[in-house]
Amino acid sequence: MSNNNIVNIEYNRVTNVTSTDFPSYSQNSSAMTVWDTEKFKNNLEIEIKSLEERDCNFDLKHVDTSIANAFRRIMISEVPSVAAEAVYIYNNTSVLQDEVLAHRIGLVPLQIDPEELTWCEGNGENEENPDSKYTDKNTIVLTLDVACTRNVNAPKGCTDPKILYHNSSVYSRDLKFQPEGNQAEIFANKPVVPCDDDILICKLRPGQEISLRVHCILGVGADHAKFSPVSTASYRLLPHINLLKDFTGESAKSLQKCFPEGVIGIDEDGKAYVKDPRKDTVSREVLRYDEFKDHVKLGRVRDHFIFNVESTGAMTPEEIFFKSVRILKSKAEYLKNCPISQ
Amino acid sequence: MAIAAQRKSLNKNEDDQAFNDLLKDEYKGKKLTDPINQLQDKWELLPAFLKVKGLVKQHLDSFNYFVDTDLKKIIKANETILSDVDPEFYFKYLDIRVGSKSTSQGKDRTQTPHQCRLRDMSYNAPIYVDVEYTRGKKIIMHRDVEIGKMPIMLRSNKCVLEGANELEMAKMLECPLDPGGYFIVNGTEKVILVQEQLSKNRIIVEADEKKELVQASVTSSTHERKSKTYVVTKNGKIYLKHNSISEEIPIVIALKAAGLVSDLEIMQLVCGNDSLYQEIFAVNFEECINQGITTQRQALEFIGSKVKTIRRQKLSTFQEGVEAIATTVIAHLTAVDMDFKEKALYLAIMTRRVVMAINDPKNVDDRDYVGNKRLELAGQLMSLLFEDLFKKFNSDFKNSIDKVLKKPNRATEYDALLSINVHSNNITSGLNRAISTGNWSLKRFKMERAGVTHVLSRLSYISALGMMTRISSQFEKSRKVSGPRALQPSQFGMLCTSDTPEGEACGLVKNLALMTHITTDDEEDPIKKVCYLLGVENISLLDSAALHLNYGVYVNGTLIGTTRFPAKFVSQFRKVRREGKVSEFISIYVNQQQTAVHIATDGGRICRPLIIVENGKSKVLPEHLNRLMNNELEFDDFLKMGLVEYLDCNEENDSLIALYERDLSNEMTHLEIEPFTVLGAVAGLIPYPHHNQSPRNTYQCAMGKQAIGAIAYNQFRRIDTLLYLMIYPQQPMVKTKTIELIGYDKLPAGQNATVAVMSYSGYDIEDALVLNKASIDRGFGRCETRKKTTCVLKKYPNHTQDILAGMRVDENNKPIWQHQPLGPDGLAEVGMRVESGQIYINKSIPQSSEPTGGPGMQNAAATSFKNTPVVYRAPEASYIDQVMMSVSDDEQSLIKVLLRQNRRPELGDKFSSRHGQKGVCGIIVNHEDMPFNDQGISPDIIMNPHGFPSRMTVGKMIELVSGKAGILNGSLEYGTCFGGSKLEEMSQILVEHGFNYSGKDQLYSGITGECLQAYIFFGPIYYQKLKHMVLDKMHARARGPRAVLTRQPTEGRSRDGGLRLGEMERDCVIAYGASQLLLERLMISSDAFEVDTCNKCGLMGYSGWCNTCKSSENVIKMTIPYAAKLLFQELIAMNIAPRLRLSDVFSK
Repeated sequence: MSNNNIVNIEYNRVTNVTSTDFPSYSQNSSAMTVWDTEKFKNNLEIEIKSLEERDCNFDLKHVDTSIANAFRRIMISEVPSVAAEAVYIYNNTSVLQDEVLAHRIGLVPLQIDPEELTWCEGNGENEENPDSKYTDKNTIVLTLDVACTRNVNAPKGCTDPKILYHNSSVYSRDLKFQPEGNQAEIFANKPVVPCDDDILICKLRPGQEISLRVHCILGVGADHAKFSPVSTASYRLLPHINLLKDFTGESAKSLQKCFPEGVIGIDEDGKAYVKDPRKDTVSREVLRYDEFKDHVKLGRVRDHFIFNVESTGAMTPEEIFFKSVRILKSKAEYLKNCPISQ
Repeated sequence: MAIAAQRKSLNKNEDDQAFNDLLKDEYKGKKLTDPINQLQDKWELLPAFLKVKGLVKQHLDSFNYFVDTDLKKIIKANETILSDVDPEFYFKYLDIRVGSKSTSQGKDRTQTPHQCRLRDMSYNAPIYVDVEYTRGKKIIMHRDVEIGKMPIMLRSNKCVLEGANELEMAKMLECPLDPGGYFIVNGTEKVILVQEQLSKNRIIVEADEKKELVQASVTSSTHERKSKTYVVTKNGKIYLKHNSISEEIPIVIALKAAGLVSDLEIMQLVCGNDSLYQEIFAVNFEECINQGITTQRQALEFIGSKVKTIRRQKLSTFQEGVEAIATTVIAHLTAVDMDFKEKALYLAIMTRRVVMAINDPKNVDDRDYVGNKRLELAGQLMSLLFEDLFKKFNSDFKNSIDKVLKKPNRATEYDALLSINVHSNNITSGLNRAISTGNWSLKRFKMERAGVTHVLSRLSYISALGMMTRISSQFEKSRKVSGPRALQPSQFGMLCTSDTPEGEACGLVKNLALMTHITTDDEEDPIKKVCYLLGVENISLLDSAALHLNYGVYVNGTLIGTTRFPAKFVSQFRKVRREGKVSEFISIYVNQQQTAVHIATDGGRICRPLIIVENGKSKVLPEHLNRLMNNELEFDDFLKMGLVEYLDCNEENDSLIALYERDLSNEMTHLEIEPFTVLGAVAGLIPYPHHNQSPRNTYQCAMGKQAIGAIAYNQFRRIDTLLYLMIYPQQPMVKTKTIELIGYDKLPAGQNATVAVMSYSGYDIEDALVLNKASIDRGFGRCETRKKTTCVLKKYPNHTQDILAGMRVDENNKPIWQHQPLGPDGLAEVGMRVESGQIYINKSIPQSSEPTGGPGMQNAAATSFKNTPVVYRAPEASYIDQVMMSVSDDEQSLIKVLLRQNRRPELGDKFSSRHGQKGVCGIIVNHEDMPFNDQGISPDIIMNPHGFPSRMTVGKMIELVSGKAGILNGSLEYGTCFGGSKLEEMSQILVEHGFNYSGKDQLYSGITGECLQAYIFFGPIYYQKLKHMVLDKMHARARGPRAVLTRQPTEGRSRDGGLRLGEMERDCVIAYGASQLLLERLMISSDAFEVDTCNKCGLMGYSGWCNTCKSSENVIKMTIPYAAKLLFQELIAMNIAPRLRLSDVFSK
C-alpha cells in the first residue's frame, strides 16, 4: 500500500491514475493477488463527516474506483424519483409560453416518497386515450390555479409589484396536491409539496391567470434530469501532500500560503508540517515556485473517495446512497443470473 | 442650543476624521505619491456621447435635416406653377411641413409604429403646404393643404416615439432599446443603408502609370444636374473633357473661353512662377495658336462647335459655347452675368493639379482615402426622391390646370386647389414604392439604383443594430480590385476595422465605428464671411501673379481667397469654431503640397469627437468628468466649452492625436477619448478582441448577427414572418463596455456555458461540440421559433367574399382530426397544438367571383363555396401563439396566425463562441458520463482543444479565465478591447479561491471514475446558438413529386426534392464499374420512359405504330430517360431528325 496507491499530481500532468487490472489487485504486493472478500470486508471503511437534511459528506475508503464511480453514476441517473411529467393547461395568460411553463414546473423537485408510487408503464398504447396510463397508483396530481389581481389597499406611489398586486409571482408553493383514490390516506403523514416552496415559476400582472393540472410520475435521471434525485453527487480523492524537505521560517510561511488555510501547519520550531490534507483543493499553486517544486510532492489517495451527495430534497442523501447500493446489488445479481454468464 | 452644540461637535469630529484621512499614507485609495487623477474616467464621455447621439443618430439627423430644412429648400426651388394658357395665373408654395398642421402644436398622429407593423400599413405622416394662388382676379391663400404622405423614420423628430420615456414606449408597445432609424412600409421594416460615394464637387487627381495618363476630375452635383468634368493629359498635352462635349478641348482654349485671354495670366494661374511647371505646361499654348484662337469669342465658338446637344431650337455655335461654359462645365459653380472668372480659376486649379501630378506622380489623390468619401444617408436619398416626385406632381398639376383654363367658358371661377388632391396619391405611393422595393429611379439624373433599402433583419438585436450602422459601397462586387476592399489607415476610429462580411462583399460593406457622426450640409456663405473677416484676401480682388505665392483658401473645394499666414488663419478659425460661433462639424486643415487651406461644410463627412489638448495638457479635467457623472454636464456642454471637438478624416491628418494621457507632449493637439471606439457596435461584443487573430473577430461579427437571443422588449407582441428567440438568454459573464453601451446585456443572445477544453468520444472532431444532456434538460440552448401565416379574406366584385367555414364535427360532436386546432369560428385557437396535416385557418372561397348578371342578382349567400384551408405541413408540431384579425388599408380582412415551436438542442445544431469559433453539436452525452471536477461540476459543453492552435483565439482563453474568476468572485468581469480585466489579477482570484492559476482543473472521467491524466482548461465561455438548426434543414425522400417538364425528381427541400446523384458521384460509379447501379440511379429511379421507336426510320412513334412509316412493322419498345425523349422531340421541332439505330447485342 505504498506509493502505488497515490495518484501523482505533477506540474502539468497527472500520472499513475489507473488502478491495476482487477479490483484490489496489486502488482507489487503478492498478498493481494487474489480477490478475498473477507479482506475486502475488513478493509472497507466508511466515515461520515457530515450528514444534513440535504447534504452529506462521507469518506469511502479502500474501494476500487469502479465501485465508487458506479455509486456516483447510479445516484445521478438511476435512483428513481418523482417529477412532473404531463402538464394540462386550462388557461395560461401569463407571458410564459405553455411549453416553457411546463418545463419550469417539471424541474421543480417534489417531496414525494418514490416508494409510494408504482412505475407508470406503457407509452399510451391506448390510442383512444393516451392519458389512461395515469392511475392513482402511479400518478400524483398537482394543481396550479393563480390569478393576479390589483391590491386596492396598496399605498400610493408604490412601485413594488409585490405590494401593488396579489400573486404577482407564482412560486412552487402554489402547486397544490390533489389526492386521487386513496392517496389522501397514503400521504396523510407525508405532505405532498415541492421541496422548496420559494422556487419562482412565473411572474404575473393583473388580469393574467394560470390554471393547470400536473401529473407527476416516477422516473430516473437517465430519462430526464428532472428525475435525478441529486443536484450533485460526486467524489474527490483525498489529497496527499508529501514534504520532501524541512521548511522553516519564511519559507514555511510562504509554503503555507500556497495552500488553503489549515492545510499546512507550522509547529513551535517554525517547521512546516502537513496538518490536514483533506482541506486542500489541489490548486497546485505550490508547484509554481522553484523554491518548492522539487521538494513538495502532491498526490491523491486513489482509494480514498470523499463523497459529496447533495439531494434535491425528495429523499435524504443517505437514502439516495443506500438506494444506489441496492440498485448496484440488484444489477450484479441480475448479471449473475443472466443465462449468458453460465 | 444643546443640539446645535452637539451638531457642531459632530461636525468637528467629521472634520477631524477628514483631516486624519489626509495624514494617512493612502487617501481614498490613492497614495500621496500617485500621479494626480489620470483622467481614467474619460471614457465616461462615450456614454454621454451615445446618450446625446445614440447609435443611429446619423440616420435620424439626416432625416430630421431633410424634413425640417431640405424640404423647405426644395419648395423654394420649385416655388411657383405658372400656366401656359393664362398668364395671370400663378400658384405658389409658401411653406411645407410634415406631420403637423400649422395651427397645431406637436404631431397630429394617431397610429403607433407597432400598429402599422401588425396591420401591414405604412407609418407615415401627411405633408402639408401653405399655398397662394389666383382665383379669377383674387389672390387666395390657403394653409395646410395635404399633398401626400411622407414615410416617417422611427424615432426621428416627426415620430411619436421621439423623446418618449420607457413607460410611454411600453404603452405604445415599442421597445425602448430599439434604435429606430428605419421606416415601416406596408408592415415591413425597411432600412435605407448608408451609401458610400466619392466626394462631390471636389477635384480628384488620378494617374494611370502604364498609359502615362494623368487626369483631374470633378463630379459636380447640384439640385438640378449632375455632371463630371475632366482635365486630362493626352500625348503630353492637357485637355478639357466633358460628357456633353464630343471631343477634348485643349485646355488653353477652354481657359480662354472662360475669360482668361492673356497667355501670361493663364501661365500665372496654372504654374505660378515655378519654372518646372511652366516647362510642362508651355506646350499647351501651341495648339491654341495653331487653331488660331486668340479671343474669348473664338474660343467659345470653338467649344460650341464641339458640343453635342439635342435642343428644340437651334442655337448658334457661340451661344452653344456660352451655354456649355456657363451651365455644363463644372456645373456646381454658377456663372452670374457671363462672369466666368470663378470657373476659369477652377479650371486653372484643376490644370495646376494635373501639372503637379505630371511633375511628381506622388501628387495624385487616393480614391479609397476616407477623407475623399462622402456618405449618403436616408435623408439625402429621400430628398432626391421627393424632389423628383414633387416636380412630377407639379407638372401633373400644371397640366390639369392648363386643361381647365383652356376651356373658354367656365360657369364658375376655377379654383386650382380643387385639382391638387387628384395627384396627391402620386407622392405617397411614389415614396412608398421606392422604399418598399428599394429602386431609386430618378428621371432627372437618369439615376437607376436598385437595392437601396433592405428589410431590417430582426434575427437578433445585434443584427438589427448592425444593419443600422452598415455602409454599402457603390463599387461593383464582381470587379477584382483590391484597393477599395483593403483596410485604409484613414478608417481608424471612423469605420470598424473588423466588421465586414466575408466573400464577395468583403471590404465593400463596412460598418461605422462606435463614436462617429456623419455631418449634414451647412451653409457656405457665413463661413466665407468668417474667412474674409479672419484676413483672407478675396480671390476676385487678387492679382493672378500673386495667386500661388500664398496659401489658397478653399471652401468645399472652391477657391475663395488666399492667405499669407495659413497656420495663424487655421488656428484662429479653429478658435472661432471651438467657441461655437460656427458649426462644430466644419473642418479646416492645411494641405502643404497644394499650399492650400481647405474648409469643408458639406454633408456626409464622417467625423468623431476628440479631446482638445493645449500645451501638452488635456482640456478635459477630472472635475469636468465629475460634473459629467453627476449629470451636471452633458456631452454638448463639453463641445460648447471647447473641451472636445469633432474632427473629420482630413482634419485628423492635420492633428497629432495622443492615444493615452501618458503619451501627451507639447506637440499633441488632441487626445483620444477611448481606444476601443475603433471598433463598431457588433465587434464590440467580443471580449479581449485584441488578443485574437484578426480574421476571427471578423468571423464573429458575421456570426453575432445569427445568434438567437432576445430581440426586443416587445418580442412577444410582434408578428414577424420568422423569429427565433432564446428561452433563457443570459448576459455574458465577461462583458465589454460596448456591451453595456448598446444594451446587449439587456437583450443578450447566448448563455454562459461551462466549457471543458478536452477531447471526448471522437464525436468532437472538426469543431463538433459535446453537449451535456442534463444541461439541455435544464434549459441550456432552448429556443423558440415563431412563424407567421398571413391570410386575406378577399372581397369580390359580385358582392361575394372569402369566408371562414367553422369546424366539422364527427358523430360524437367532437371535431374531426384535421379540425382539432380550430375553434367554432374556423380559426385556430390560441394554445392549440397543430400537427402536420391539420388545418388552422379554415378558409373558403366562392365558386364564382365574376360579376353575375344584373344588379338584381345579389344573392351572395346563395353562392357555393370551395374549401381552401390553410394546412400545416412540417416535420414537427407547432402551437398557436397568436391569432390576429384586422382590416388592411383596402378594407379587406387580414388574418395573421403565429405558430410557435419550442426546440431543445439536438445533434447538428450550430453553436459558436464569441471568437469566430463555430461548431455543431456532435453528440449529446449523459450527465453521469461527463467528466467532473472536485466540486462535482460537470461541463455543459466539451470543446476539442484542436480548435485553438490554428485559430489563435487567445481572447477565448482569457475570457474563460476571467469568467471563472468572475464566478468565484461574484462579479462580472470586463473584456473590453485594449483594456478589460487583467489576466494576472484574474489568475490571482483563481488562486485565492483554491483553483489553479492557469484555469486548468483536475478532472475525473465520468465513465471510469479515474482522474484524467491531463489538467483540463475548465470554465465559463459565452456561447451563442446560431439560427442554423437541423430541424429546418433535414431532408430525405424515397419517392416524391416530379417536375412537369422533364419528369425528373424536383429539386430542393421545400419541394420535397430528391437527392441528386451528381456528376462526381456518377464518375465514381463509372470508375467502380457498377453499370446496373448507374442505370438504376440515372434512369429507372429518375425519369424512365417507355418509347416506341421505329427501327426503320429511327424516329419515335406511339402505341406500337410509327407515324412516319405508317406501319407497325419495325416498332420496338425501349426505355429511355424522359429527358432524352424530350430532347429528341425538341430537335425534331428544330428540323433536325435524330434517328435511333438499334441493334441486338445478343444477335450472334
